[in-house]
Amino acid sequence: MPEGDADIIRLNGAEKHFGAVRALGGVDFHVRRGECVGLVGHNGAGKSTLMHMVAGTLTPDSGKIGVHGGVEDNYSVSRAQKRGIRCVFQELSLCPNLSVAENTRINHASLSGLGWRRKAAALITAKLDEIFPDHGISAWDIVGDLSIGRRQMVEVARAFTVTQDRLDLVILDEPTSSLDAHTAGQLLAFVRRFIAGGKSCILISHVLGEVLRNADRIVVMRDGKVVVADAASAFDRDRLVTAMGGAEARQKIAAEIAAARPAAGPLRVRARAAAQKDGADLVARAGEIIGLAGLAGHGQTDLLLAIFAAASRARTGIEVTAPVALVAGDRQSDGIFPQWSIAENIGIRSLARLRNGLLISPRREAELAEFWQKKIGIRTPDMNNNIFSLSGGNQQKALFARALGSDAQIVLMDDPMRGVDIGTKLEVYDLVREEAGRGRTFLWYTTETEELDNCDHVYVFKNGRIVANLGRDELTEEKIIQSSFGDAA
Amino acid sequence: MRPEMTAASLEATARSSAERGALARARLLRGLLPALSLALVLLAIAWLNPRAISYFGFSLMLNLAIPIALATIAQMFVISGNELDLSIGTFVGFVGCVTATWLKDAPLIGVAILLGSIGVYALLGALIHLRNLPSIVVTLGMSFVWQGLAILVLPKPGGKAPDWLLAIMSFKPPFVPFPIIAALLIGLVVHFGLMRTSYGVILRGSGGNPAALKRAGWSLLRTKIVLFALAGLFGVLSGMALIGITTSADANIGNGYTLLSIAGVILGGGEFVGGRVSPIGAVIGALTLALAASPLLTFMHIPPDWQVAANGAILIIVLAARVLISRRER
Repeated sequence: MPEGDADIIRLNGAEKHFGAVRALGGVDFHVRRGECVGLVGHNGAGKSTLMHMVAGTLTPDSGKIGVHGGVEDNYSVSRAQKRGIRCVFQELSLCPNLSVAENTRINHASLSGLGWRRKAAALITAKLDEIFPDHGISAWDIVGDLSIGRRQMVEVARAFTVTQDRLDLVILDEPTSSLDAHTAGQLLAFVRRFIAGGKSCILISHVLGEVLRNADRIVVMRDGKVVVADAASAFDRDRLVTAMGGAEARQKIAAEIAAARPAAGPLRVRARAAAQKDGADLVARAGEIIGLAGLAGHGQTDLLLAIFAAASRARTGIEVTAPVALVAGDRQSDGIFPQWSIAENIGIRSLARLRNGLLISPRREAELAEFWQKKIGIRTPDMNNNIFSLSGGNQQKALFARALGSDAQIVLMDDPMRGVDIGTKLEVYDLVREEAGRGRTFLWYTTETEELDNCDHVYVFKNGRIVANLGRDELTEEKIIQSSFGDAA
Repeated sequence: MRPEMTAASLEATARSSAERGALARARLLRGLLPALSLALVLLAIAWLNPRAISYFGFSLMLNLAIPIALATIAQMFVISGNELDLSIGTFVGFVGCVTATWLKDAPLIGVAILLGSIGVYALLGALIHLRNLPSIVVTLGMSFVWQGLAILVLPKPGGKAPDWLLAIMSFKPPFVPFPIIAALLIGLVVHFGLMRTSYGVILRGSGGNPAALKRAGWSLLRTKIVLFALAGLFGVLSGMALIGITTSADANIGNGYTLLSIAGVILGGGEFVGGRVSPIGAVIGALTLALAASPLLTFMHIPPDWQVAANGAILIIVLAARVLISRRER
């Protein structure tokens, strides 16, 4: 690496697979001294995986990592910290049960011995004062008592504190997501001072304006690859959005299905998100497939859960007129009963119909399971096998069978296709469209934009609110990205 | 309760943000709850039987408070790391049997056995971490192992405590009864060790956010081993203190301590997960339980047959009050 001396970190051909899913496919990435690199891309584009590698929390399956010009063979978190590389992770990594000063101590092994509490408090207070004047945080506040914004301030300030080890590069993963405009401005101003002092930063943000204004160079990722890397001045909003979304026009499966569908039926769901200030409602009618889009964690799941709760107990702002079933996204923790057989897992939503007197009829349970095994193609020799004998995709099919086999006329889907192979996906898409044709209503939250092509209507969410309502004919990936990355909020 | 906690709460209130003020008040209330419940039990006793509030009365009523407090502290270390120890009761019984036999007759072997049992605790911590096993299952299994070993050591009730141990436990300081001094000492020493030292922060952090600790380069294996070894150490101290009071042992002597210790930790302001524990609170919780366990109920003329149930009712009331206060914190 001839230019190695100027590079703080350099990754060549980094690859990472999680099971069958490719998270990173041969990425070259580097950060020079005194530069702020902006990193943008969709959810699942591989940004976080790449940053975990830079920070040493993940090791690549193949590829090389070099730091300060030297090749690192056993790169790890502690090695990264010794070499001056820190990361502020997106999910908060503070201990909520400890005070601000105690959390600072966790990142500095040298803060020990007599008087360590005083030293730690002075260290973090000085850095908070420097980055966020008038922050209003005491070093003795218990982190769990602080608002989410203040926690983020502590976390950011902590990453910039220095005791023994050098500090050259700080990775800021969505550092402003919980900050208001004022504190976000303070932070970005500090980052620019930090860069001017000859240090480096990687800035990951979904607020594109923030990246355009503050980065020297911008790297765009998509599908586990770097698609463009150029000076920030060479980009504008539109070019970034195009690069992130993929310029090639996608085939739409949709038109003929839309034509084949009956006209909108009676109202099934009318719901308003808790954070919604204007009058925008989510409206779903019988026979409709409604998409919930936007970046992950912007209130889509919350609204689905609120609708689910409203079905059994009335809630203000939400109207539900038919039985509801939910297909959970995180099937391991929310969907599957691990000790049960496939048949039992399918039957649980329909126990009332499977009853024979006071007991569950095994015969009816088996019939239901068998029907759905054929219908949805669950690949197993015996439906009485444990649910874990199935592959991930087939487990998800069993969860769909649970919802579709029930009396529910409204099916809520919470990003159910994560980590499911494409074959299974296509089968389930067909099934969803077929069931919608029979008058069932689907509310479908997905992080995969292609899946929205199956929907009649798409609501785009941002910060817990509906910011756009796109009909099928207006539905393009650019539109969705534009709305969900809007800088307005 | 915890000085830095109340100090932080006061500072937060001073900053006059209404929301944080309310939070701080709720936290303060929760911090004071163990002390309040102890005061309540004491008031009830004083009202029912004023003569009990005396040097002699406290020495008698708090007789068994020291081993309960030590066992509660042992449990608290395990809970700090988001685990639960269901074997502490039978472990205390096992230690008691060793103390009344080997430690008196062959002190060297006795000491070796007790140190070895602390080592076993440390290994359990390692096993639970490395194999990612549920601590409830492992320690439930171990509770039968300890019980079996106790019966092997002492097939029928008997044995005798070493003289030096009897001397320590029957120590009569002027003015303040020994159990109160011992409880204060235990609370303060553990408070300093766990709440004030720099490694204590790491131990508590391992319960608060293990992933963050790992990212910062700390070994979670080590924290778990240390926490379990500390639990073993305080379990040994509890068993020895118990035999110092009862003078002889029985393989079943500590069986009630498992649930008492868990209740003491929770009563003292600790939580099952999240590394939120309070050593001083735990000791106060143990004192409250020791008083509520039999003196209070005896004074209330509740027949012994009903005392266990009454004990449970008191626990439910106090823990329910805690839940209500915690809910306001959310």
